[in-house]
This record gives sequence, C-alpha cells and structure tokens, in this order.
Amino acid sequence: MSEIELKDIIKKENLVYERSKVMTDNVLSFCPGCGHGTAHRLVAEVIEEMDIQSETIGVSPVGCSVLMYNFMDIDMQQAAHGRAPAVATAIKRVMPEKFVFTYQGDGDLAAIGTAETIHACNRGENITIIFINNGIYGMTGGQMAPTTLPGMPASTCPFGRDVEIMGNPLKITELISQLAGVYYVTRQSVHTPRNVRSAKKAIKKAFENQKLNRGVSFIEIVSNCNSGWKLSPVAANKWMEENMFPFYPLGDIKVDGEIVSK
Amino acid sequence: MTEEIIIAGFGGQGVLSMGKILAYSGLMQGQEVAWMPSYGPEMRGGTSNVTVIISDDRISSPILTQYDTAIILNQQSMDKFESMVKPRGMLLFDPNGIIHHPQRKDINIYKIDATELAAEMGNVKIFNMVILGAYLKIKPIVKLENVIKGLKKSIPERNHKLLPLNEQAINKGMEKVVKI
Amino acid sequence: MEKELRLMKGNEAIAEAAIRSGADAYFGYPITPQSEVIEYLMLQKPYETTGMVVLQAESEVAAINMVYGAAACGRMAMTSSSSPGISLKQEGISYIAGAELPCLILNVVRGGPGLGTIQPSQSDYFQSTKGGGHGDYRLIVLAPASVQEMFDFVELGFDLAFKYRNPVMIQSDGIIGQMMEKVELGPQKPRRKPEDIAKQCPWATTGKPVTRGHNIITSLDLVAANQEKFNLKLIEKYKTIREKEVRYELINCDDAEYILVAYGSSARLCMKAMDLLRAKGIKVGIVRLITLFPFPSKILNELAGKVKGFLAVEMSAGQMVEDVELAVKCKAPVEHFGRLGGMIPSPEEIVEALEQKIIGG
Repeated sequence: MSEIELKDIIKKENLVYERSKVMTDNVLSFCPGCGHGTAHRLVAEVIEEMDIQSETIGVSPVGCSVLMYNFMDIDMQQAAHGRAPAVATAIKRVMPEKFVFTYQGDGDLAAIGTAETIHACNRGENITIIFINNGIYGMTGGQMAPTTLPGMPASTCPFGRDVEIMGNPLKITELISQLAGVYYVTRQSVHTPRNVRSAKKAIKKAFENQKLNRGVSFIEIVSNCNSGWKLSPVAANKWMEENMFPFYPLGDIKVDGEIVSK
Repeated sequence: MTEEIIIAGFGGQGVLSMGKILAYSGLMQGQEVAWMPSYGPEMRGGTSNVTVIISDDRISSPILTQYDTAIILNQQSMDKFESMVKPRGMLLFDPNGIIHHPQRKDINIYKIDATELAAEMGNVKIFNMVILGAYLKIKPIVKLENVIKGLKKSIPERNHKLLPLNEQAINKGMEKVVKI
Repeated sequence: MEKELRLMKGNEAIAEAAIRSGADAYFGYPITPQSEVIEYLMLQKPYETTGMVVLQAESEVAAINMVYGAAACGRMAMTSSSSPGISLKQEGISYIAGAELPCLILNVVRGGPGLGTIQPSQSDYFQSTKGGGHGDYRLIVLAPASVQEMFDFVELGFDLAFKYRNPVMIQSDGIIGQMMEKVELGPQKPRRKPEDIAKQCPWATTGKPVTRGHNIITSLDLVAANQEKFNLKLIEKYKTIREKEVRYELINCDDAEYILVAYGSSARLCMKAMDLLRAKGIKVGIVRLITLFPFPSKILNELAGKVKGFLAVEMSAGQMVEDVELAVKCKAPVEHFGRLGGMIPSPEEIVEALEQKIIGG
C-alpha cells in the first residue's frame, strides 16, 4: 500500500462530517468526555438544518451551561441562576415569531429554578427547554444536585445521598409532563452514536413544535459528569447506564400533548 | 381659594365615592384637586375616611391635621375629627347614630338628616348625595353642573340612568340642611 | 387640542403612562400598596390595542427576570412592586445593571424591615440609591411628588434608561400611589417597530442576521482584569449621569434662612409646613429632590453658604440625611426629622422639628 499524504485525504469529496456553522471557533471548555459538548453540537446542528440561526435566541443560566454563548453563533442571553424559563418567557412574549430555548442543568432547573420551570411550563410558554441531568453540580465542584441518586456520593454528601437526611432525588421531568401547558417531554442521552441520533431527532422536534404554538417542549438529556463523579469518561458512561438509566429511564414521556410512558 | 375637607364615616356609606365626585367636580372647573383615602385594614368594615382638597393653586400636603370642613357620619369620626376643624371652619353631620353631638363654639355646625331623607326617597344609596347637597349649599365651591359632570365621570355608565335621582338627592340635601 | 384631564390614583397613572409611552412589556406580581398597577393594565388590555405584553408572574423574582429577558431584546420593559418585593428583585436588578440593560422599576415603598406594614414609608432610600443588590452599580432614581409626576416620569424614566443603558427606578410611596389627583395625560405614542429597535439597540438579542456577529447579553467575566475594566466603564457612566441628570425643584429658596430637604410625599408635607412657618414670619424654603440618584449635592452646598441650617425630612430613620450632610460638608447645621414604620409626620410636627432642632438648636 502506497503512503497516503494528509493533503490527499483532506478533500471536499472525502468530507463526511464538519462542525456546524452555528458553532463558533472557540474551543469548548468542557471536561473531556462530558456530554455537554455533544448536546451543544446537536442544538447547533438542528438550528443550522432548520435554517433559523437568525431567528433563534438562546438562554443559558448558571452552571456548566453558563458559557454556552461563547460556543453558539446565535444571539444569547445569560440568565441568573434558575431564572432562564422566566427570561425565555419574556423573549418569546415580546417576539412570538422567534425560536427561543433554554439550556439548563439540574441544579438550575430542578432546585433553585423550580418555580420558574414549573410556572413557565404550566403557562404553556411556546419555548424549548433543554435540561442536562448529570446528577451533580459540575461547575462548582461536584456538590449534591436535586437529581443526585440515593447512595451516590457528592462533595456535600461525601458518604452518599442518604434520603433520610437529604431527601429524595426529584424526577422533575415526570412532574413537568403532568402539566397542561407542556406539549412534548422526552428523556434522552448522548453517550452512544445511536443515542446521539435519537437526541438530535428529539431536539429537532422540540424546535419544530414552536411553529405549532402548543406549549413547552421539554428535553431531558441524562448525561455524565466524569470529573464530578470522579470516574474516567468510559467508566462514567458505564456507571450512568447501570445507575442513572434505571432511575431516569430513557424514552418519550409525552408526545403531542399526550402521556405515552407508563 | 383652597378648601381642605375630611369626609369620615363607616365603610359602605359612600364616603370615598362622595369624595371622588367632589374632586372630579373641581377638576371639571379647572381646579387642582387631591383625594387621599385612609387605606389598609380600615378599608374593610370599620371607619373610612377621605381627605379632599380643592384649590386654585398647587396643592401641598394631602395629609392634614386641620381641616376647613369636616363631614362626619358616625360617632367614631366625630370623636376623632371634631377637634381638627380649623377655628371658624365648618362641621356637617348626620345625627343618625351620633349620640354625642359636636360641642365646639368656634366653628359653624350644620346638620342634615341624610339617612332619613334617603330612606324617604326610596334609595339608601343616595345618602351620600344628600350629604353632598347639604355641603354645597353651605359652601358652593363647585357648580352643580360640574357636580353632574363629575358624577358622570365617576360612576359606571350602566348606572347613568340613576343620574336624575342623584341630582334630586343633592337638591334635597341643599333644601334640608340646617345650622345649629 | 383640548387637554385630556383625568382624576387618577398614582398607581393607575403609572400604568396608563406605560401604555401611552409605547412600552412593550410589563411583568409584575401583586403586593400592597401597588397592585393597582397590574390591575389597571389588565383592565385596559393593552395587548389588544398597542400590543404591549402584560403578564402576572409567579413571583417578583420571575417578574424581574422577565424584564431582563425583554429588555435584552431592546424592548421597553417595566415592573412594579413594593419594598419586600423589591428586595426579592434585587438579584435581577443587579444582573440588569451588570448587563447594562434599560428598564423601569417602580417601588411603591412601604414600612419595613421584614413584612413591616402596608403604610407609606421612605425607608428604601439606601436600597434604591446605593445599589440594592450585589456589586458596584447604581440606578437612576426618580422621586415623583404628585400623580402627574407619576405619569410623566414613566416616559422620562424610559428615556433615561435607554440613553444610559441603565435601570431606572421610580421610588414612590403609598401616599403618591394611592392618592388621586388631576393628571394631564400625554398622547398615545406608537410602540417602536423591530427595525427602530434594531437601530436604537444594536446590542439587542433579537436573532443574529448574517450582517453582524452574535449579540450576547451577560454580566459574567471570569477574567478579573476585564471585570475591573467593565467596573471602571460603569463608574464613568455614573459620573456622566451625575453631571447631566441632576433634577430638583427649589421652592422659595431665594430669601430662605432655613431649608427643608425632602422628596416625594415628604416634600408635599413640607410645602404645608413651609406655609405654616412663613405665616409665623420664619423664612423657609424647600429643596425638593426629583432625582435621588444622581443626588443634587451642588445646589445644597451652594445654599449651605447662605442659610442657617437644613432639616432633612423623610419617612425613615435617617437615610437621605446622610447625603445631605455629605453635600453640605459641615458648612451649616443639618438635622433629620422623620416618622417611621408607616407613620406619616404631620406638617405641624415638621414645623416643631425645625423650630427645636435647627432654629432653637
């Protein structure tokens, strides 16, 4: 076999994948192996495919999502901790023709911002909510989240979450699905190519739903946090499959306004 | 001209709306007006009072301790406000339910049996208009036509059919008010 | 054209002014004594006429963050509340100041601390003028003393907010909010069109066209040196505001030997006290603050060389008086008089305070 030169490979006809034009040139600041980068990319690809870059406004609040505006080449607002659904409510209300999404972590959406999340959903704001659930506070150094599993250690429950003391993990997605203002609820992951494809389809559906004006589309992405969980990326994904998925099962929960999961 | 008035009685006697009509009447003839209710827990049930100021000049404080006129419709208000009438000022009251009549000698005191008159006219709700008539007889600070305009502005359109009755009540008050 | 005159409550005048000034959105949460603002708006249904959004939020916290969201789109957005609710909004106000967004916030002040009382007070002066939330920032603070000014300061407030990309607060109280007075209404202004907004607010997050880079609204900068640079920029802005936007009214100060310093409803009480004092032959004038920030230090310092003393009258334990003292720089005696907790001083009490604390003292 003759030696192949790099310049012979990098040719337009050989191109099978490229970074979305809706992402900036900035290098992602996420830990290697983290699901956030993939989730960012999927949002960008959906925006690009739908050709709505000029019509989309994103809201990222506090947590690992906070710097999303550095990576997405769209207009974005950085919101106070937990308040993204309120901020997005206003954006959509003053510009109903635009596409508006929030991108929130578990601490943001299911702890400090529970009221804003539930009320924006219950009002049926015509927005897309993307919820990254990794069961831990990644940005601040691995503290317990509202979604931390029973027995799972974190820096504020170093001996594992004791539900007698710390209370139960909150299945906010199931709770949200019960609200009349919510049109689409699904739980996805981005740790295998198959799951990435499924998550992208879900995100696209969530954005397309905004054209219908039927209420909130809510996508939970169960993700890893290998640095917070103190595991290697591969071990983190395995731990996620074995521990997170049984408690937070993947799949659609509400589609077209109807509950579909048992 | 500046006229500083306190109207005080029970909630439900139309104290606030009478004040509002008076203020609107002043506005209709181009004067400066202020209407300041007592508000808070007092709004429900207990006593209700409103300060109304009508002036040719810019109005200073809407909160007062001395009044040109006190219109008093229950005993609690008599106890509280009789002493706050300026010397040579005016006190108008409805004797219904008032046991201790005003005692001051340095003010002009007038009486109107508005509760009784309103009942005779077949509509207790026009009680406050009888009072207003009595007041305007003594102090015609606003023209009757402006009072009617004020009434139109301050009561809902669906009640405009009651305007003639209100006007009659004002006239009745003018007719029946007596100096003590 | 004939003047459009109405008898209105201060709170209603604010709401009517919001519609007429072409505001895009109001977000609020009920609290006494200012609930008439949202009640009036819901009755008027401006969303059917001008297209103005009116929404009752789930909390004061949500309401101020809705204001953030709309303001970041270059919209004329406002909220209103009373003291405890304004405390809840402080985080959002800090973010709005940090993101340099224009907006209008009404505080109909009631007595505190805590749940306090629903009666009028001016005890939020420090909170309004010194920052309120976390970080180094200032609001432009307007203090209406009449229902007419409640109406007029909405448009003025929005103008200043957009001119400086800074939140503006109207600090009122239960007296001005609940009192009815004659108001001359301004004409209905049309809401700005998207193209006007794009021109006026090139920073707004309205969707990124191919012709520009993406707009980001944030108050975050993890690099300390950059954050300092931003803080210095804010300080420059506040300096300009101090130079250009001081507003006050001088009442009978030309021949005055004594000055009452007051704002809002206290200024109205002082006008009556001044009449009583002048009737006694005591030459009293009033400096009525219209802007609480920027504070009219210069005029007070000038007057300090001419008068025998100042009495700061405010319904608080003594907040504005500190700024009066700073302005007067010990050139004349400065004393404070105020009632607290929702009690309103009578004009006679103000007369007595001046006689005892300044003239007698």
